Amino acid sequence: MGRGWFLPIAAALGFSFLYAPIVSLVIFSFNESSLVTVWSGFSTKWYAALFNDPQLLGAAWLSLQIAAVSASIALVLGTLAAIALVRFRRFRGRTLFSGMVSAPLVMPDVITGLSLLLLFVAMESLLGWPQGRGMLTIVIAHATFCTAYVCVVVQSRLSDFDRSLEEAAMDLGASPVRTFFDVTLPIIAPALVSGWLLGFTLSLDDLVIASFVSGPGSSTLPMVIFSKVRLGVSPDVNALATIIIGIVALGVLAATIIQLRSKPKKPA
Amino acid sequence: MAKKSQQLAVDTRPWRDPGNNKPFVRIKNVTKKFGDVLAVHDVSLDIYRSELFCLLGGSGSGKSTLLRMLAGFESPSSGTIEIDGQDMTDVAPYNRPVNMMFQSYALFPHMSVEQNIAYGLKRDHLPKGEINDRVAELLSLVKLQDYGRRKPHQLSGGQRQRVALARALAKRPKLLLLDEPLGALDKKLREETQFELVKIQESLGVTFIVVTHDQEEAMTLATRIGVMNLGEIAMIGEPTDIYEFPNSRFVAGFIGSVNMVEGVVTEDEPGHVRIRSSELGCDIYVGHGVDCAPEQLLWWAVRPEKMVLSREKPHTDHGANVTTGTVEEIAYLGDISVYQVALESGKRIRVSQTNSIRGKPDAITWEEKVYLSWDDQAGSVLTV
Amino acid sequence: MTTHDPTYPPPRRLKPWTTVERGLAKVGISGRMLVLAAPVLWLLVFFLVPLAVVFGISLATKQFGRPPYSPLLTTEEGTVQLTLHLSNYIRLFTDNLYVAAYLSSIRIAAISTILTLIIGYPMAYAIARAPDKWRNILLMLVVLPFFTSFLLRVYALTGFMRGNGVINQFLGLFGIEPLVMMQTDFAVYVGIVYTYLPFMILPLYTTLVKLDVSLFEASADLGARPLRTFLSVTLPLSMPGVIAGSMLVFIPAIGEFVIPSLLGGPSTLMIGRVLWDEFFTNTNWPRAAAVAMAMLVVVVVPIMLLQRAQSSVVEK
Repeated sequence: MGRGWFLPIAAALGFSFLYAPIVSLVIFSFNESSLVTVWSGFSTKWYAALFNDPQLLGAAWLSLQIAAVSASIALVLGTLAAIALVRFRRFRGRTLFSGMVSAPLVMPDVITGLSLLLLFVAMESLLGWPQGRGMLTIVIAHATFCTAYVCVVVQSRLSDFDRSLEEAAMDLGASPVRTFFDVTLPIIAPALVSGWLLGFTLSLDDLVIASFVSGPGSSTLPMVIFSKVRLGVSPDVNALATIIIGIVALGVLAATIIQLRSKPKKPA
Repeated sequence: MAKKSQQLAVDTRPWRDPGNNKPFVRIKNVTKKFGDVLAVHDVSLDIYRSELFCLLGGSGSGKSTLLRMLAGFESPSSGTIEIDGQDMTDVAPYNRPVNMMFQSYALFPHMSVEQNIAYGLKRDHLPKGEINDRVAELLSLVKLQDYGRRKPHQLSGGQRQRVALARALAKRPKLLLLDEPLGALDKKLREETQFELVKIQESLGVTFIVVTHDQEEAMTLATRIGVMNLGEIAMIGEPTDIYEFPNSRFVAGFIGSVNMVEGVVTEDEPGHVRIRSSELGCDIYVGHGVDCAPEQLLWWAVRPEKMVLSREKPHTDHGANVTTGTVEEIAYLGDISVYQVALESGKRIRVSQTNSIRGKPDAITWEEKVYLSWDDQAGSVLTV
Repeated sequence: MTTHDPTYPPPRRLKPWTTVERGLAKVGISGRMLVLAAPVLWLLVFFLVPLAVVFGISLATKQFGRPPYSPLLTTEEGTVQLTLHLSNYIRLFTDNLYVAAYLSSIRIAAISTILTLIIGYPMAYAIARAPDKWRNILLMLVVLPFFTSFLLRVYALTGFMRGNGVINQFLGLFGIEPLVMMQTDFAVYVGIVYTYLPFMILPLYTTLVKLDVSLFEASADLGARPLRTFLSVTLPLSMPGVIAGSMLVFIPAIGEFVIPSLLGGPSTLMIGRVLWDEFFTNTNWPRAAAVAMAMLVVVVVPIMLLQRAQSSVVEK
């Protein structure tokens, strides 16, 4: 074929574009000098500095908690929404509902952040709740947009789902609730896991929405990083990025391997 | 002797004497609509204990919908379904004494073969020991003793089919519904499995209702067949009835191969009928009475193997039941050869001949002028 | 095995949930409503109502105090008065800053989307046509950066493009003068392409991988050269993927805040940044709300395009 060489080269260039900045960031995290771009010898001192920065550690811990809680809330809400969208073919307000579920996926972050903040302020003056802003309001905001992501993931799994499996369970005497726990849930479990993980990562990554709805003393990790990075380069951010990239790479690698292994092989 | 065998026939074929036998499954005037689409239209059907009843039809004939109504996954728009004298209308699928074997088998992918088979028994809270005994018994019934711990995706298509059967039989249902049970198997395996299925059904005495689109499968398996077309039952009967005595052009054409000609009644007597067919180029003399009127337009259907092919004009009674034409095509199938003969009217008739002589040198061949003849019981007269 | 076992099936116990369900059904609550209730309520309160609140506050004016905007409803001598200000919207159309920011956002987002498409299409195509065992690994490599922090990837780019960054050091080896890349619109394009590339590749891949190879073979067999085949077969058939991918880049790029503020210069005007400054720097909440409403209007058409394209990606 005439363009036999074109696609591989284009792909190779594309992938190097994706990975070169990350690789250089990782390399310079081990740089002795505080100049991020001039190599002056191997050192792990920025990693040590990282673990001696209470502000950074506090923010990381807060972000992890927020991510875990909001991903869990989103898991429940998103799964219920997906079930409704896939299984209830017709109900009143279906179009509005499916729009509400998927809109947060594409809504610009600044709008989501601003609108939730204005809501919280209005609610506080009307109802006295939520009192001030902090972890609770960030969790609510993150759970809302993560719900959309969980819903998309679970929805695609549910629409591939062979309904006769559920019918078989009922045919064998399982009530609908029993069927859900015995058959539906175990089969969609991989989608639930990836939905939760997706929500967790997105929450951990969010800067803009959290900046709007957080209060004094509740700075998340991206907020702390942003304020550092805004002032200029700081090698400890390189170290932090390396750690995060390492964890994520391992996680994605593990998930891919598990997925490849658990894929039902076609029988002979 | 004759009386005794007749008695035996009635004992094993209760539908021949409906006055003295209570049907086990009673479908009364069942109609099912999906929106504006009429999937099943006014179907009434009685099925007796220990029958192996086949619902035969093309896609969209309503056969699967009828089966799903029996299982309880769909509820009839009108009409009633009774199983063993009990009205099933308000009974949920999980409370019915009915089990189903699904077309896709629907084996739970996250459970082993044993867990799949035990699932229904666990739902009934049977003691553990009994469940294990029952599972072992079923595994040996379907000859999968060594496969209990495997997952469905580690089995071949035929093995999965047997697990699905074992799982559906586990609860000893009064009635087993099978949706295209052999549809996913290849031809050879299908033929083997057909007989195994009949054997299991006979040894357990469970009533089977099988949905299939494969007429050969229906003929092999069934005690009776219900042919479905456009949501209605076109004919109910034993396989021989359906093949030899179809009640309509649809049934005659749906099962096996058939020659269909148009004709006009010229003589209508209690003992015989004479039909003039310009398509055939001769008169058809039918040796029994037919419910029709003189001058009525009707159809005569005859199977290819019921006609005889010869070079010399054979003698026939009543100056009918013989016509002539030219051999156009020959399909040699080994056991039989199928001849396509063009009549003078242009009508093409298929005739099959058994190849009983090996390598017959003077067999009828292409372009030969031949005579077609048949006896006065060979064909069916159809008015619809 | 016996056929008719009178002891089987054992008598059924009425399960507790059945009674609960029957009870609820009597009051008119079905299982469906229970499934729907939580997500519907949540999304109403935390998605739909907030948008209404934004609209409401966009009709107020800035004032000092807590909250920093004028109340819409006031009670004066026993009568309730509704005060609506259109001044924020009038400002949006009369003040050049806003109009310029909107236009520049659309321009930057559009150029970046086209660049992403040009880079992403061959990659998606290469992955779709790669041997099976490679495909999953390549896809994983596309998704991997998406899971690492967005903010940190933008940060990685700054180290790459700054005056004494990796690129300029590399160019220096050949005696080429350092290029000024940071704090330019160019850096913003690179930033958007870099961070949103996975969003482009994934939908493209989904449509391309489903194309039957025999289509290309048929086209070649009928005498079309590879480029002709691409233009008359591959490209038209992958249009849903092209549209979905482009909208997935274009929509968030319009409202982008992090990329222009870290990579762009002071002259890089983007509406997300304007909203941010209006809110955090000027604490003019009503103005920020009006900016947000106007931004919504800008992204509504692309969102509808996206939904159409996505449903046809799913259908295929």
